[in-house]
Amino acid sequence: MLKIKKNIYRDRYLYLLLAPMIIWVILFKYKPLYGLQIAFKDYSLFKGIAESPWVGLEHFKTFFTGPYFYRTIRNTFLLNLMILAFGFPAPILLALLLNEIKNLKYKSFVQTATYLPHFISSVIVAGIVINFLSPSTGVINIIIERLGFERIYFLIKPELFRGIFVGMGIWQEAGFKSIVFLAALAGIDQQLYEAARIDGASRFKQALHVTIPGLLPTIMIMFIIQIGNLVTLSFEKIILLYNPATYETADVLGSYVYRVGLVDAQYDLAAAVGLFETLVAFVLVVGANKLSKHLTKNSLW
Amino acid sequence: MKKSKGELIFSIVNKLVLGIIALVTLYPFVYVLSASISNGEAVAAGQVLLLPKNINFSAYGKVMEFRGLWVAYGNTIFYAVVGTATCMFFSVTGAYALSKHRLMGRKFFTIMVTLTMWFKAGTVPEFLNFRSLGLYNTRAVPIIGFAIVAFNVIILKTYFESVPESLEESASIDGANDLRILASIYLPLSKAGLATVALFYAISKWNGFFWSMILLRDENKVPLQVLLRKMIIEMNATSEFSDAVEMARLGYSVETVVYATIIISIIPMVVVYPFVQKYFTKGTMVGAVKG
Repeated sequence: MLKIKKNIYRDRYLYLLLAPMIIWVILFKYKPLYGLQIAFKDYSLFKGIAESPWVGLEHFKTFFTGPYFYRTIRNTFLLNLMILAFGFPAPILLALLLNEIKNLKYKSFVQTATYLPHFISSVIVAGIVINFLSPSTGVINIIIERLGFERIYFLIKPELFRGIFVGMGIWQEAGFKSIVFLAALAGIDQQLYEAARIDGASRFKQALHVTIPGLLPTIMIMFIIQIGNLVTLSFEKIILLYNPATYETADVLGSYVYRVGLVDAQYDLAAAVGLFETLVAFVLVVGANKLSKHLTKNSLW
Repeated sequence: MKKSKGELIFSIVNKLVLGIIALVTLYPFVYVLSASISNGEAVAAGQVLLLPKNINFSAYGKVMEFRGLWVAYGNTIFYAVVGTATCMFFSVTGAYALSKHRLMGRKFFTIMVTLTMWFKAGTVPEFLNFRSLGLYNTRAVPIIGFAIVAFNVIILKTYFESVPESLEESASIDGANDLRILASIYLPLSKAGLATVALFYAISKWNGFFWSMILLRDENKVPLQVLLRKMIIEMNATSEFSDAVEMARLGYSVETVVYATIIISIIPMVVVYPFVQKYFTKGTMVGAVKG
């Protein structure tokens, strides 16, 4: 006991330094968890969180039986599947190609160019996409017309939304995300390549038998992290790009929570949907982690 | 080493493919710049595809006259500077304490901070929390509302842990306390890490829009990105720029004004970016390895 007191006294300045962070985390990250209970309450701003009456799973029922359940679930999964299928491999491919370039100046030019969109805000990226795709004045439609085709109303066609969204994500992030994979590639033991060369392996064979296995742990870890972020993260970009005409394919759980909760102020229902969304994300991460552990022996925990 | 014919072809094709990727990535920026300094009618007629046509700066003149944009611009600079300083204060002090293995409860506090990367209460509870803390529609939102990003704390902690302990020991024998040791030994030795994290914070302050959009009601408080969303996505502010007679006389159009606005708002980022790129690359790798 005395020793504990002595240690705390010795490190009193460290605790002083730590205090602002801990207080902040409690106020801004853990206190909202307490507010999550409104998902099970008939919440009114007037009564406050504690005084509002409990309603059990009422809001979950409303959501599960309502017209938007199927649409938002389907869109969340399909959009995320597309991001995984196209958005996830893009930075890996880019890193593999960049890794083969020996001319450092050229390499750094390509890197500088492809990292750039990451630093531009989503508002501007979405703004550029919307203006480029505009049916009357957008440059894409001008080119399409020049080539002798009909102008396309890109942004009001539900069937095009997912492709546009995934493409926007690749343009913005593929370059920057390749950094992690490039670092992993640089970490592969050069002796392995030499040994492969001595055995007469071509460059393609080297890539297949040395590079890919060397990269696999990083790929799996990034894959699991990606799955955890997917469900919750992308809605801020979606609400920039979608409009009522494309809700059919664009509206995901996160954007629905935003509209119901923050636009229509149905806080309790939105909190319930948000909680459901978090649970889905959690199940997916645990699942992906298990799968990865089972298949490749790589895992987050 | 001798290259086979196949490898030579591969190397050329590879360079070509990457070159095309780089140019495709850059093209939107080039187009936006060219269109913003072209005559509005030429842009509408599709005469601008790569290079500007009938160079005309009236779109910029029009943007310059728009007072709201400069208020928002000033707000963003304010939030970026004060917000980054606040973030650095909270993150550096906390990360330093967490980097000390002798600190009792270190594991518990570290987990408490890193868990926030995965466990989020969600949009609505966080929104209500901001309200209950009395931060709704205050300038404190972009400054203190997002003061700590766990990922950045991990980067800082990693940098602090890499400073040799012997330096700290000799200083504490000389009677320096932890505050002095942090200020006079650790901070000067972790400049690269500090720069990286400060940049991460500054960028997120500059580019963030979501929480400012829902928590700031007064127009004189909103940052640039919130106004840009209105201007270039909802096309709400464009009525100010759509006087047809003046457009024809001066040679701008709604599109060229939008493009000029985009250029003006990304200039700081594009100018600074090449110089700070290496810090990002480093920081991302440190964080990815440790996180």
